[in-house]
Amino acid sequence: MTAATGLGTVTGAGSVESARPVRTGSRGARGWRWAVLVVLGLYFVVPIAASVWFTVRDRGRGGLTARYYTGIPGAEGFADAFTRSVLLAVLTVLFSLLLMVPTVVLVNLRLPRLRTTVELLTLLPLVLPPIALVVGVRSVLAWAPDYFLNTPLAEAFFALQEPALPWILVLVYVVLALPFVYRALDAGLRGIDLRTLTEAARNLGASWPRVLVSVVLPVLRTSVLNAAFLTFALVMGEYTIAVILGFVPFPTWIVQSSGSQPQLSVSVSVLSLAITWGLLLLISALDRRRAGKDLA
Amino acid sequence: MVPFFLYVAVFLLLPVGVLAVEAFRATDPVAFTESWSTGSIRAITGGAYRRAYLGSLRLSLITAVLGAVLGLALAVAVLSARRGRLLRRLVLTASGVAANFGGIPLAFAFLATIGNAGVITALLQNTFGLGLGGFSLYSMAGLALVYLYFMIPLMVLTITPALEALRPQWREAADNLGASGWQYWRYVGGPVLAPPVIGATMLLFATAFAAYATAKALVGSSVPLVTLQIADALSSNVVVGSENLGKALALGMVVLIGVVMAFYAWVQRRTQRWLS
Repeated sequence: MTAATGLGTVTGAGSVESARPVRTGSRGARGWRWAVLVVLGLYFVVPIAASVWFTVRDRGRGGLTARYYTGIPGAEGFADAFTRSVLLAVLTVLFSLLLMVPTVVLVNLRLPRLRTTVELLTLLPLVLPPIALVVGVRSVLAWAPDYFLNTPLAEAFFALQEPALPWILVLVYVVLALPFVYRALDAGLRGIDLRTLTEAARNLGASWPRVLVSVVLPVLRTSVLNAAFLTFALVMGEYTIAVILGFVPFPTWIVQSSGSQPQLSVSVSVLSLAITWGLLLLISALDRRRAGKDLA
Repeated sequence: MVPFFLYVAVFLLLPVGVLAVEAFRATDPVAFTESWSTGSIRAITGGAYRRAYLGSLRLSLITAVLGAVLGLALAVAVLSARRGRLLRRLVLTASGVAANFGGIPLAFAFLATIGNAGVITALLQNTFGLGLGGFSLYSMAGLALVYLYFMIPLMVLTITPALEALRPQWREAADNLGASGWQYWRYVGGPVLAPPVIGATMLLFATAFAAYATAKALVGSSVPLVTLQIADALSSNVVVGSENLGKALALGMVVLIGVVMAFYAWVQRRTQRWLS
């Protein structure tokens, strides 16, 4: 390692992300690195490439076709399931932000001693099998006909399970999104002296809601964007909870339609993966640009 | 803070608590009366359910270890690539997609590739006159292959922060003291990385253990996995009390994951001591 790079890394010693954290080794080491990249790269690219080929090849006449992609919007049940998923996703994003932004800010400003508890609780959904959670939710929902029949509570339980817009899914998805939302927001606050900012705002006479809206949210905007996006994608791809509770959002529809139209389900899958990746790349680019601006 | 704790209590802790209680209830097949019973719990420790637990554990263990090794290799390779900024961003975002949101789309991508009518299957058969060599996507091995597609990215995502925390100065100090590359990894890098690597492997294990969507879309219920068995028990209207069986199976999963996580928490405490 040369003196120049050595100096560079010393100045960057405390930073989370140094320019080249793992050093570039000898020629032999570089060989295995290439092997790893090529082999795993093939493993990750081949199924996607094969799926694309699977959906653009015209079996009847030979040649290429785009009809499995152009046919998506008109496919039976697609519009219903897709709009339902988008609606669920938007509601889940709003609910999680409403719940978690104040929580994260409070934990950071006022109640640091609750941090470990909150962290632990938000990490729980990451390891708790969703299928176990949903079995429990089903059992609770079954109380309505079993114990509470003809009470307002039972009516509320039934209203949550409206097939057109199942609110119960929103409520459970907020739980599933907790790890992503909490970590995204917490990471956003970590690099910022929130205490000074909020105290300045308070001294200037701003009320707490006003501080949240005009100071905290703008500071957190990339984190909020990140959290919102992760949650959105999570809901758009969630299958287990929906199918066990018997609802038909987008992923359940993909599986249902696969029997009759295999090409269609593959083309929808490819598109949804590609769109998710594209959006994630976009957000990471925005994130980087902002980081660059803040440094300058 | 109250809304947060209330929300978690109602939508996370309550369902799991209910699970723990109602797994010990039984419905009488004739009179439809309920009573306390350990029947469901005893039922899930034997026969097909025992096989399902063992199948799930085996699949999770194999994919977790393979995923951890390959993911670590990929993360090291990507982080140490020269001028690897773009590569790094591509790999990390792609990992985010595959690790968290793959599920159903991945299953279909693999069906289109090496399923019965898959592109690679057809290519091997028509061009080279070969099959897949006895390999079937609709088996344990096939599932493992698909699982790795989200396990390796998950490992990359979880282990990258730990790799970035390896200070280059440690390597330089080791070099200056005349250590070989192997000695550096044996006495410095390895011990520092071991706790996060073990922790990440636990997370991989839990993820594979809980996976349902991919398995359901690929194999239906022909492979013994506990998540598939739970779904079967819940959707069965024929057997009275199968609902309670489903609860017992789900409770079993929670208990097993709890044991794994207790170990994980212990490892994490050691990690904190090293990296803080």
